[in-house]
Amino acid sequence: MTDTAALMPRRREVHPDPYFLDYKTSITRSPSLPLLSMESTPSEETGPRFGHNKLGALDNNLISNFTQGKALAVGERIRVHGRVLDETGRPVPHTLVEVWQANAGGRYRHIKDTYFAPLDPNFGGCGRTITDENGYYEFMTIRPGAYPWPNRANDWRPMHIHFSIFGHAFGQRLISQMYFQGDPLIDLCPIAATVRDRSQLDRLVAPLDMQNSRGMDYLAYKFDIVLRGRRQTMFENKPEGM
Amino acid sequence: MTQPLDILVETPSQTAGPYVHIGCIPTFTGIEGVYPEDLGLSPIEDGAKGEVITIVGSVYDGTGWAMRDAMIESWQPDAAGLFAGQDGADPKVSGFCRFAADKDSGEFTLRTVKPGAVKGRNGQVFAPHISIWIVARGINIGLNTRIYFEDEDNSADPLLARIEQRPRVDTMIAKKTGDGTYRFDIRLQGEGETVFLDL
Repeated sequence: MTDTAALMPRRREVHPDPYFLDYKTSITRSPSLPLLSMESTPSEETGPRFGHNKLGALDNNLISNFTQGKALAVGERIRVHGRVLDETGRPVPHTLVEVWQANAGGRYRHIKDTYFAPLDPNFGGCGRTITDENGYYEFMTIRPGAYPWPNRANDWRPMHIHFSIFGHAFGQRLISQMYFQGDPLIDLCPIAATVRDRSQLDRLVAPLDMQNSRGMDYLAYKFDIVLRGRRQTMFENKPEGM
Repeated sequence: MTQPLDILVETPSQTAGPYVHIGCIPTFTGIEGVYPEDLGLSPIEDGAKGEVITIVGSVYDGTGWAMRDAMIESWQPDAAGLFAGQDGADPKVSGFCRFAADKDSGEFTLRTVKPGAVKGRNGQVFAPHISIWIVARGINIGLNTRIYFEDEDNSADPLLARIEQRPRVDTMIAKKTGDGTYRFDIRLQGEGETVFLDL
């Protein structure tokens, strides 16, 4: 553990409200009492670290990891890449990034998903990687399909990839979703709309990145992620008696 | 005009959704053979120092229903109060665990060692506790709380001291149910709502 400085307080106004009427499940799963706020402590300022030795060679390739390279998943081949930074602008190196998503037809490999789009026998839907020393990550996958879901009578999720990021502190833990530039369903989705400030929602929309695409192979999308930072000061550890 | 602050803004959270297991604990949902091993299967290895304990509980929604689809992560120090990576920490304690509500009963189980008290800044000492993070469909940003223990001295804990309504302190304290076993229920909303944290 190299850094024990306090975390910057979480800016709750950037995040969704827990209770959001149009996202029905949130109504009974949102605390109604205020959160207890105080300065972070060692329990939030430390966190698990994962080494490359935990990862397999195909973990960051959703096109081939379900079959371990024997066959490829159906769908538009894409590369998703970006950097993990903290609020101070510093890269977050050697941190775990996990992703999960529906297949090209909008179906998850999960017992609860009963949508009649077919499963792809060559697609599992999960991947993970670790950022390099500059906070950079990338993975290969197929573009997930949009799909209908039981909320209001005709709600559809835009194409999206779920992201789980650790950082270096348990208090930095974050789960979010990446959307795709130009998807008209973003504007209609009550889950996307839980982020009330449109300029903040726009930060979850990955742009097409032709300069990092490869002809006759894949399109690229860029998705940067920002985690909570730490206050940088020498004035917080008071000597005894001060 | 002023100089710009040059502070970035944290990426907004989105719900983990109903299929969080696919990404975080794929073998739980039957996706096997993709990863060598799911992460966070246990916070301890054989030989970890301290008392091995088991905590059982459920996550209840505002109607009192035990949620079947919650995923929980825990983070804790070793029996001496040291976190993995700190000098002298028990190498058999990773301190991190992922566990899910059972898809039939909604009950979760965490088997770990009882953590030690933690020294904070400026002489603060926190009573033994395990940090908890809960995500699920319908939870728009992960919920943080802590598990304290009924059979520890929690009277001087600086965080519990901040809770104005004293009966609410009980929502963060695991009840002893037997030798090395505890019960810890989490209520997202309504009567007995758990104290959730913003640290």
